[in-house]
Amino acid sequence: MTALPLILTVFVACAVEAVEALTIVLAAGLTRQWRSTFQGMAAALVVLAAIVAVLGPTITLLPLTALRLVVGALLAIFGLQWLRKAILRASGYKALHDEASAYLREVAAAKAAPVSARRGVTDWYAFTLSFKGVLLEGLEVVFIVITFGANQHNIGAAVIGAAAAVVVVTVTGIVVRAPLSRVPENALKFAVGIMLTSFGTFWGAEGAGVTWPGNDAALLVLIPAVALVSLGYAALLRRGRSAGQAPGSGGRATATAPASATESEEVTGR
Amino acid sequence: MMRALKSFGAFWYDFVIGDDWQVAVIVVAALAVTALLTHVAGVNAWWLLPLCAFAALAWSLYRATARKD
Repeated sequence: MTALPLILTVFVACAVEAVEALTIVLAAGLTRQWRSTFQGMAAALVVLAAIVAVLGPTITLLPLTALRLVVGALLAIFGLQWLRKAILRASGYKALHDEASAYLREVAAAKAAPVSARRGVTDWYAFTLSFKGVLLEGLEVVFIVITFGANQHNIGAAVIGAAAAVVVVTVTGIVVRAPLSRVPENALKFAVGIMLTSFGTFWGAEGAGVTWPGNDAALLVLIPAVALVSLGYAALLRRGRSAGQAPGSGGRATATAPASATESEEVTGR
Repeated sequence: MMRALKSFGAFWYDFVIGDDWQVAVIVVAALAVTALLTHVAGVNAWWLLPLCAFAALAWSLYRATARKD
């Protein structure tokens, strides 16, 4: 695989996470205090950079077969969870992620919290809100950068893709000074889920010892296959849902309720 | 201390495994069977993991949506 698909995959995945982090940072900065918000963001970026600096070179020391087996398994599991949520959202079984309403929720909470200074930070709430938001969304970025970069022996290219996404989203956020609610987040998450699942399956199977027909060219079949199957599942669920909601059906699921009461909502941003 | 460890573990569980642990089990089991077929039986089972991934996704979606009916 050349560097371009690697950079593009990481760029799209990181852009989605950056949009969610931007929503939290804007809510903290515009309703509380920019100085403490930036301090929280900077602290989180330092932690994330340290994780990449330590884990990046360490993971590349592993033998390639073991690396592909472990990373492939993790990516496939991670990717299938992204796809699962994206399909549930696309078929109406789960509410679409809405940056505008997420922003309003954060703003309401930020306005209600009292101001308190701690450890040299004038507004501790703004600091922790921004720190947690950037760290949690950033951890997924780090995971993708390290796994994709290490497998391709090109962590530098993965970092370029991630950095470009963060810069583009940040500059756009500064210009519009509002959450990027027009970004088609579900479509992007669907695409990222397809890429993570495809690469995870490809590398995991290679790590388990198989030889793919056509070697790397197998990805050109695997990625569209994963996309087709996922779109097919979404269409089937949509159709089943419409049939269930037809008059006289007794009424089934409500339009935007979460798929399960126990479903973890947006802890990891997937 | 125990509470901190528990929340640390819960965070990583949610981060990697997510909402449906059965997907992770199916993927790991499929990789183990692929390795066995390849190294022990000499079968180049490149098709097994994609099939299991599709099946795991279908099973997980079925369980998530069946709960709503």
